[in-house]
Amino acid sequence: MKRFSLLIAAMTLISGVASAGTLDDVKKRGALQCGINTGLAGFAYTDDNGKWAGFDVAYCRALASAVLGNPDKVKYVNLTGKNRFPALASGEIDVLSRNTTWTFSRDVKLGFTFVGVSYYDGQGFIGRKKLGVKSAKELDGASICIQTGTTTELNLADFFRVNKIKYEPVPIETNEEARKAYLAERCDVYTTDASGLAATKSTFADADKHMVFPEIISKEPLGPLVRQGDDAWADIARWTLNALINAEEYGVTSGNIDKMLKGTKNPEINRMLGTEGSLGEMLGLQKDWAVKALKAGGNYGEIFDRYLGEKTPLGLSRGLNALWNNGGVLYAPPMR
Amino acid sequence: MNSPSNEAITQYKEARPPPIASVGIIGWLRHNLFSSVSNTILTLVSIYLLSIAIPAIVDWVILSSQISGDTRFDCKVEGACWAWIDQRLGQFLFGFYPASERWRVVIAFILLFPALIPWLTHGIPGQRYLRWFSVAYPVIATILLAGGFGLQEVPTDKFGGFMLNLIVGLSGIVLSLPVGIVLALGRQSKLPLIRWFSIGFIEAVRGVPLITLLFVSNILLPIFLPPDVTLDSIIRVIIMVTAFASAYMAEVIRGGLQAIPSGQYEAADAMGLNYWKSMRLIILPQALRVSIPGIVNTFIGLFKDTTLVIVIGLFDILGIANAMVSNPDWLGLSTETYVFVAAFFFAVCFSMSRYSMWLERRLARQRH
Repeated sequence: MKRFSLLIAAMTLISGVASAGTLDDVKKRGALQCGINTGLAGFAYTDDNGKWAGFDVAYCRALASAVLGNPDKVKYVNLTGKNRFPALASGEIDVLSRNTTWTFSRDVKLGFTFVGVSYYDGQGFIGRKKLGVKSAKELDGASICIQTGTTTELNLADFFRVNKIKYEPVPIETNEEARKAYLAERCDVYTTDASGLAATKSTFADADKHMVFPEIISKEPLGPLVRQGDDAWADIARWTLNALINAEEYGVTSGNIDKMLKGTKNPEINRMLGTEGSLGEMLGLQKDWAVKALKAGGNYGEIFDRYLGEKTPLGLSRGLNALWNNGGVLYAPPMR
Repeated sequence: MNSPSNEAITQYKEARPPPIASVGIIGWLRHNLFSSVSNTILTLVSIYLLSIAIPAIVDWVILSSQISGDTRFDCKVEGACWAWIDQRLGQFLFGFYPASERWRVVIAFILLFPALIPWLTHGIPGQRYLRWFSVAYPVIATILLAGGFGLQEVPTDKFGGFMLNLIVGLSGIVLSLPVGIVLALGRQSKLPLIRWFSIGFIEAVRGVPLITLLFVSNILLPIFLPPDVTLDSIIRVIIMVTAFASAYMAEVIRGGLQAIPSGQYEAADAMGLNYWKSMRLIILPQALRVSIPGIVNTFIGLFKDTTLVIVIGLFDILGIANAMVSNPDWLGLSTETYVFVAAFFFAVCFSMSRYSMWLERRLARQRH
């Protein structure tokens, strides 16, 4: 990471001079260039028709719909963990929506602007029920499969040091190998982000013999980010995400939005949908930008349920990602 | 005096058959599998291992496998779940190429054979004309694949799957051989400028991993090029793969050149041939023949390296497989998909290897 950071900073400078207005570039091009994962369960994957789908992809579609009026006007650029930041810095993509953790150094040193948190993740553990362990703190002496070179490795060391217990690390290169190693009982416990654990667990034939421990040992707020220096574009990206979250809070869904467009008693909904006020114009977009964003794939809750929720094979519960008035921490600023 | 031993033998006795233990199946077994104690032990161990592995593999791949179903959850069997092939085969072969236009890829693939075969062997009817066709083939294939001239245009970021492996691999193979020959000759050139350039290129390119070259081509090149100049990412990949393979190729061919006795060079000079004629008629035919195993080795390596294009966001067959197993409907089927992908690579690499062996035998026959 350090090796890249100077280079990325330089690239940001160059491209920042080259293109002042990302919004104008996107409109001129007629397509949003959106950076997504090369394949991550629930977040970015291909469907049977070869179309990209998933939680991160849904954000790209909503943003494209808000800006260009058509959720299909997205050019997906698939990025690995290594080249996602150079791609954003060089201007190859307009926005990065690739399960990227918001950290101090990425925000400050690399010269990016995180526009919000779309998914609160955190590192957890999965183990066999027959271990008789109910909590990660009882894992003294356990062998643990971890992916090398990730923040999970460091988090794990911290967690065990703080709790003064010993463990035996089994270093593994990829998530898929780790899944195989865990199933082959090469380790007692496997640790990675909770969303990844859910995806892994859903592939087990005997899923009921395994359990995810209640401890979440790190904060991994994932969210979209843009280049620093184009605040107008960052605002568009930020408020598109906020509109999706607020829409769930106000009860606006893709099903009832047409009815709500005829006018509601809630002025906040009216302002968001553009029937009152001029929020869209302030962003430099059409009056109905939020309507289009919501019609792309529904509000935050609908998107979550479709790609990650309990009815999907991943079966993730909302947890931290529930609305603030529903036991979670999703809290979008008001639309006024 | 008339003892039978003195009687003249007027005809040969019929040869007795060889001992039963040295002919037929038993003889073959004795000779090849049980010729010594150590071989016998090796044979028995191998038979034991195969007897464990083969039934298990056949059982997993065929007997207990399932080929129908809409999602992974429809697969209730112990063995492999092949249900995805039905829906996904098109993606594995063509990537994101629009389904209605895939016939163009098929035609381009079929036309590849008449373009390639006249260069691989001799005695094809109409070989001369077919070779002219091969020269035109890259243009024909590009138009077929990318569109234009009345065909619907398909942007190259829709290219993917095994088609992308073949495009990048074949372009790299066809281009890297001539470039490699030129570099190898350049490295031995008496003109310092050419020699230094060749050595510099070979060492610089060989000194970095291919993945770095791809990364540079994708991330740094757009910054240095003027903003309105864009180079298609597949072309960038082909250039980088070709550069990488030709550096290796140059060294393989240099090995071949050094295997030619200096008498051959001197004889060519004595005949009054100029540099290019002596290379074309005397030196290179011999050097290339010596280098065939190394050349094909480089080709096979190059073809397998085409899977690295995933680092710049192009989806070759392996990338498509990874994107598919991230779909919640097909999570965790990585073993099946990797086996499937491996079969494609094995088919191509094994054919290349067999062809090179056939070519070596044919050239050896011509020599004697």
